[in-house]
Amino acid sequence: MKIMIGLGSCGIASGGLKVRDTFEDLAKQNPDVKLEVGETGCMGMCYKEPMVEVIDDSGFSTIYGEVSPEKAKEIFEKHIKGGKAVEESVVMKSDGTGAESNFITKQQRIVLSRCGKINPESLDEALAMDAYKGLEKALKNMTPEEVVAEVLASGVKGRGGAGFPTGLKWKFAAAPVSDQKYIICNADEGDPGAFMDRSVLEGDPHSVIEGLAIGGYAIGASEGYIYARAEYPIAIKRLEIAIRQAEERGFLGDNILGTGFSFHLHIKQGAGAFVCGEETALIESIEGHRGMPRMRPPYPANKGLFGKPSNINNVETLANIGWIIRNGAAAFAAIGTEKSKGTKVFALAGKIKNGGLVEIPIGATIRDVVFGIGGGTSSGKPFKAVQMGGPSGGCIPAEYVDTIIDYDTLAATGAIMGSGGMIVMDEDNCMVDIARYFLNFTQSESCGKCTFCKIGTKRMLEILERITKGEGVDGDIEKLELLADQIKRNALCGLGQTAPNPVLTTIRYFRHEYEAHIKDKKCPAHQCKALIKYEINPEKCIGCTACSKKCPVGAISGVLKSAHKIDQSKCTKCGTCLSSCKFGAISVD
Amino acid sequence: MCGCCKEDSKYYEPFEAIMSGFKGTESDLIPILQKLQGAYGYLPEDIIKRLSERTGIFVTQIMGVATFYSQFKLKPSGRHSIKVCFGTACHVNGAETVAEALCDELGIKLGDTTPDGEFTLESVACLGCCSLAPVMMIDDEAYGRLTPAKVRQIIRDFYAKEGKAK
Ligand SMILES: Cc1cc2nc3c(=O)[nH]c(=O)nc-3n(C[C@H](O)[C@H](O)[C@H](O)COP(=O)(O)O)c2cc1C
Ligand code: FES
Repeated sequence: MKIMIGLGSCGIASGGLKVRDTFEDLAKQNPDVKLEVGETGCMGMCYKEPMVEVIDDSGFSTIYGEVSPEKAKEIFEKHIKGGKAVEESVVMKSDGTGAESNFITKQQRIVLSRCGKINPESLDEALAMDAYKGLEKALKNMTPEEVVAEVLASGVKGRGGAGFPTGLKWKFAAAPVSDQKYIICNADEGDPGAFMDRSVLEGDPHSVIEGLAIGGYAIGASEGYIYARAEYPIAIKRLEIAIRQAEERGFLGDNILGTGFSFHLHIKQGAGAFVCGEETALIESIEGHRGMPRMRPPYPANKGLFGKPSNINNVETLANIGWIIRNGAAAFAAIGTEKSKGTKVFALAGKIKNGGLVEIPIGATIRDVVFGIGGGTSSGKPFKAVQMGGPSGGCIPAEYVDTIIDYDTLAATGAIMGSGGMIVMDEDNCMVDIARYFLNFTQSESCGKCTFCKIGTKRMLEILERITKGEGVDGDIEKLELLADQIKRNALCGLGQTAPNPVLTTIRYFRHEYEAHIKDKKCPAHQCKALIKYEINPEKCIGCTACSKKCPVGAISGVLKSAHKIDQSKCTKCGTCLSSCKFGAISVD
Repeated sequence: MCGCCKEDSKYYEPFEAIMSGFKGTESDLIPILQKLQGAYGYLPEDIIKRLSERTGIFVTQIMGVATFYSQFKLKPSGRHSIKVCFGTACHVNGAETVAEALCDELGIKLGDTTPDGEFTLESVACLGCCSLAPVMMIDDEAYGRLTPAKVRQIIRDFYAKEGKAK
């Protein structure tokens, strides 16, 4: 028997290491039980971490969720020793049964096909699931031009946000003649609510390395860089291991697989700057400078890293490449909609019941993801909107829940496909606050090079802060729209050009919420602190003292069995009292 | 390592060990600063000066890079680091209220260190466990599903465990 423990960042944060240690200790104490303890990356069901998968000798798998060290002991006794699954903790079995099987069976996995199935630190396990077959095929049976043509025919578009056709990009980078070219993997994953790229790097680093090597061959680059976010230590460690393994086995380095093609790969760690996800800023950063974007043209395909022709692709884009070459462009193009092919990985989070990593065929609807896979809101309250594309994206309201997820349909709503962040919100979330949140982010990450972004976003933020504080005035919405338009048209790079999107989409779909803040000085979602007040209804309060005991700042006074009172001057509006009252005596307005 | 024993050549040992692994070109600057910060906990002024002398990169240019990227610190940090997540998932689940309670409990602002040198409080974007939102990390341990009351208790427990008065 074999047991795999999910040790992506999510699994580790939820206590996965203790679970692994428990199983290892049990295996040591019971040498008569034949058990192999292995580890794997993110299985996708982050909401059920820590997760373990038990695979019996016939290959039948049982996946358990929310496994504590105590639960681990029970699984060891009953399932591994006794052969009977601990049913109440099973999330899914390989025959498709189990309480949470919807989460997996409704997905279609290309990019994540090996994530959560293999040990990311074992090249052999990756090879057993077809890693590097695409590279071998490209190097041995195809010319670089044929590789470019195949990627072009697959229709795959960049998954980093802009959605530019990857084959076309490769064609541009292949064209110039140069003594040196570079291919770069953008693993900066700057969207503050997204973790797709991290999970791929942690769960299946070889897929990205394979994509880079194929890309290097296609455009004629012998050197590659992976620019990884510094906050991703586990991903970086696994990449380092994977690169070493690939070099040892001849998938990287000189004369790869005896074909004469040489390709060397380096990791560069970012240092914490969102703008470095923009490709020209990323190049500046690798060169050792402040990460400020350059004017384009010249485009990186002509004059990129160290002044040489360069091609930059996102992690997920590259993780598709091996599959495309292995299975052919037609197989890939058979998935998706007419104009957008393949699958897309989303990091589903926020007020969602089943949050995690989700890969769906392009063309599924938002409803399929939020309700079919995600199970609806975590609070059980009505679904209000979904935010896609992070700081560059927008909010799509509940009325549009049947919108098809593809590049063009989403763009028509004012949101974008983005890199894959998908944040679900319920009726308790204030849309003006969300706009302020994202603008605060882009404003503080603005590099300061161009005036429209540096000063324009600052002015927009000031207005939004005023509105959420109840100090909004007539004309603020129009001023926001005017500034947004000017910044979009005139900012130097994508950061500024897209920064107004969260504001514009919330104005478009939730204008009444802006107006309630400005005109009525009310926050309909009861979230903006300056506009709300907690009060105790003396008719309903029985004087149980629960709230006054819980209040962290001592703002509630009253004696046992008589109605309590909140001192508004002390109240920090943290909401602790509201959730502690069992009699519905506390209200917020 | 403290700054008071600078005369001691031991203070510069990590610097020398790190520099021996690099050619010292411009494109090495960020990796060098990352390693130096790893060894010294922050980027001390005299180390930056020495780096400039060694590589020929101007101090202004080094400072330009060090202040551009949020990873680099020019002040020493507390013994423990608290990272509060301000990622989107945490934000929609009430991270701001949690952070306010944390600041109030510690008596400091985001980005500062407590006067007793115990904690440095930082904000970060997505710690990667969004399904536990709102989340914070104290050193390497993640704490999830936080409420204002819960974070206050965690800090009080931490001080109690260390046997120190706040
Ligand atoms: C401000 C800003 C941040 C970006 N951040 C990222 C990022 O974190 N990851 C990414 O892959 N692309 C990011 N991009 C997009 C890149 O500039 C580039 O388009 C992408 O890496 C190209 O890869 P693709 O064609 O495979 O999508 C960002 C763009 C901007 C303007
Ligand atoms: S947003 Fe906080 S952990 Fe992801």
